[in-house]
Amino acid sequence: MNSTTVRSTTTAGLALGTLLLTAGCVANSPAAGPGDDTGAGTVTVSSTAEGCELSATEAPSGSLVFSVTNDGEEATEFYLLAEDGERIVGEVENIGPGLTRDLVVTAAPGRYVTACKPGMTGEGIRADFTVTDSGADVAPTGALGDQLDAAVHNYAEYVEDESSELLAGTEEFVAAYTAGDDAAARELYAPTRAHWERMEPVAESFGDLDPRMDLREADLAEGQEWTGWHLLEKDLWPPKDEKYTPLTGAERTKYADLLLADTQELHDRTHAADFEDTIDAASIGNGAKELLDEVATGKITGEEEIWSHTDLVDFQANVDGARVAYESLRDVVVAKDDELADELDERFDALQDELDAHRDGKDGFVSYTDLTDDQVRTLSVAVDALSEPLSRLTATVVL
Amino acid sequence: MRRPAPREAAAAGSPDATAPQTAEDDTPDEGAKPGTDARPARFSRRALLGGAVGAASVLAGGSAAGFAAGRATAAPAPAGTNDIVPFTGGHQAGITTPVQEHLHFAAFDLTTDSRDDVVALLRRWTLAADRMTRGLPAGPHGTDGGPYDAPPDDTGEAEGLAAANLTVTIGFGPTMFTTTGTPDGADRFGLADRRPAPLENLPHFPADMLEDARTGGDLAVQACADDPQVAVHAVRNLARLAFGTATVRWSQLGYGRTSRTTKDQSTPRNLFGFKDGTANIVAEDHEALADHVWVAPGDDAGADWLAGGSYLVARRIRMTVETWDRTSLREQENVVGRTKGHGAPLSGGSETTAPDFTAAGSHGPLVPADSHVALAHPSANDGARLLRRGYNYTDGSDGLGKLDAGLFFIAFVRDPARQYIPMQNRISRSDTMMEYLRHTGSGLWAVPPAVPAGSTLGEAGAYLGQELFEA
Repeated sequence: MNSTTVRSTTTAGLALGTLLLTAGCVANSPAAGPGDDTGAGTVTVSSTAEGCELSATEAPSGSLVFSVTNDGEEATEFYLLAEDGERIVGEVENIGPGLTRDLVVTAAPGRYVTACKPGMTGEGIRADFTVTDSGADVAPTGALGDQLDAAVHNYAEYVEDESSELLAGTEEFVAAYTAGDDAAARELYAPTRAHWERMEPVAESFGDLDPRMDLREADLAEGQEWTGWHLLEKDLWPPKDEKYTPLTGAERTKYADLLLADTQELHDRTHAADFEDTIDAASIGNGAKELLDEVATGKITGEEEIWSHTDLVDFQANVDGARVAYESLRDVVVAKDDELADELDERFDALQDELDAHRDGKDGFVSYTDLTDDQVRTLSVAVDALSEPLSRLTATVVL
Repeated sequence: MRRPAPREAAAAGSPDATAPQTAEDDTPDEGAKPGTDARPARFSRRALLGGAVGAASVLAGGSAAGFAAGRATAAPAPAGTNDIVPFTGGHQAGITTPVQEHLHFAAFDLTTDSRDDVVALLRRWTLAADRMTRGLPAGPHGTDGGPYDAPPDDTGEAEGLAAANLTVTIGFGPTMFTTTGTPDGADRFGLADRRPAPLENLPHFPADMLEDARTGGDLAVQACADDPQVAVHAVRNLARLAFGTATVRWSQLGYGRTSRTTKDQSTPRNLFGFKDGTANIVAEDHEALADHVWVAPGDDAGADWLAGGSYLVARRIRMTVETWDRTSLREQENVVGRTKGHGAPLSGGSETTAPDFTAAGSHGPLVPADSHVALAHPSANDGARLLRRGYNYTDGSDGLGKLDAGLFFIAFVRDPARQYIPMQNRISRSDTMMEYLRHTGSGLWAVPPAVPAGSTLGEAGAYLGQELFEA
């Protein structure tokens, strides 16, 4: 057993540092300033059934951390509200009893309202809070609200369009497949699935549809019935080196009809009146990151389309979807962190250049099996280079 | 310098390398807690180097019990530095033994059709494992003794190292018994009718991406020690003793234990950076061990030889750490169901607070129903619990700029069909963590009880699994 110093957890270290720095502070004392080791002003908050104790009631503008500890017995939330007490600048919710969670905001100078909500209902326990001018360059909080609304609207429309095209394409594909026109079905397979791949995080959010429509054979539990795209993929590109029994005409009809019905259902849900309400800046930002994760774990390895080897078509579609998600938020990113916007622009372009090198025909790509190990590695490196800054997108747009 | 050959000095009356050797209860506590819990006196091979020639210290134990009549006794080792875990006893060591820091796990395929060969191998392994866990060389001549024209009977790399709490735990795979697991479908060793019912190849779990070269094996050896070289030394020497009878099918190094098996051990972190195995079964919980870990007489009428043993489940679970690392803290905690800092359940409290799966948050339960803790918890699995004993692993990188890293999951259970398979199915199907995991290796082995303390070992001596072969 070694006796080296045990690393403290971030939370504990941060809280301790704050306690030391703010020991003896009275109300209206400033929060720990930029000089402390957290690199941000930190205000500790203790939330109980009756109280919402802050270690300071003012802080300098710039990056500001509220380290919220639930010292009560019910789950709690903490809000930083604008001066009107209505508009939310930042929030942390679902803090279980005894737990500590940070709210990190970039705060412009001005007057604010803080609120703890033990039990996560009601108006909460409120107090005034002041952010003084530190000289830090901070975009006015809240000015980006309209841009975020526009981002949500644009992204929702994109998903609606893609699901419409997916439905139209699937109808055509199913018709060819059930008619036994395998050549036509093979032609339609990848371009149709591209619509699915572009909106995959949204499709996956419907937990019942995704496993019925997009499960790979290896994803099945023993005895589980296989349905969806990849079942038909295997039937259209049957394995040569193992015993494979083609689906009968009746089976083809059964599984194709099921796929079509599920695609219709997906279409209807994304066209429901309240669909846009299910989308926010965080879900768009996370969706972009998840699409790149899909590429990194499924397409780079050629595991998504193991029979048709059309992985690069999916790859491009995932990148398309991520780029649209990012572009819809780009104005907000530029306003809050223009260096991140530059980095993302540049790395999306770099990845696209790598992909373009493998095009075959107008919308097509070479088979995954035609790629050399070095080419796969080059693509993988470009995906990772983009994924890392892309993982900062959500935190940038929601703060 | 030439180290004195203390064992031979002591065993002067038995110069034959394969002469029976006695596995005495030469360590304190052994009788009290068979096989596992005891942490007797520290023994260092280095101590031998400086030891007196002749009546050198053979002894691992610091107790005054003595090795055997006519053999040398060691000076008592300093208190508090015990690092020998007895190989013999009731249950095999390496299960409830406080988890050591390092692992070398190896699966072997038997290359013989002779039952006698298998028994002879198990005798060689039993003797060598007993010696190595005492900090002795694998064979009687050691690293630099024996005929000058013969290779040394120990490979030497553990010379001078401590015993390091080495445990060697051996299991029997389904393919040793079944008539279907072998290429020609033969019941190679006449054991088919003694196969315990639950000892079958694990089913395909959703999203399994198993590699043949990391899956299965007729025999398994789990070597754990606080020094990686001691663990590797054990597997290397057992593999050497197996040539001609069994060959290594695959092996796995592990570091950084990912669970605790005693109350006093802290809960370690896995490569996701989270505390893991908080709710593990610990050695002090005898009731839970009896209920969930040890096979009881009568559990399986056709396989009573396994009573006092257990089942070992191994899974090589690659973690896509790169995608995990770029996942928000919010998602990480919601996937695990615990806080990253202190390991408290998201329903609140501290690490040891029981999760409250009914506590409501603003969007469903505070502990999400598809989080790892919610799906792996005994309350979601008919009360089933495991004794987990896994290790982190990092096997270089995958050629695509990503680490091949993850968890080498090891669990000991009384009945895998009841305790492990339903839970793994549930996790593989629904756990949000699966997005960051890939199961690449797998195996299930029946772990027989230990060789009783005090047995005579060696040629014609007692050996691990004797109850199976000599019903």
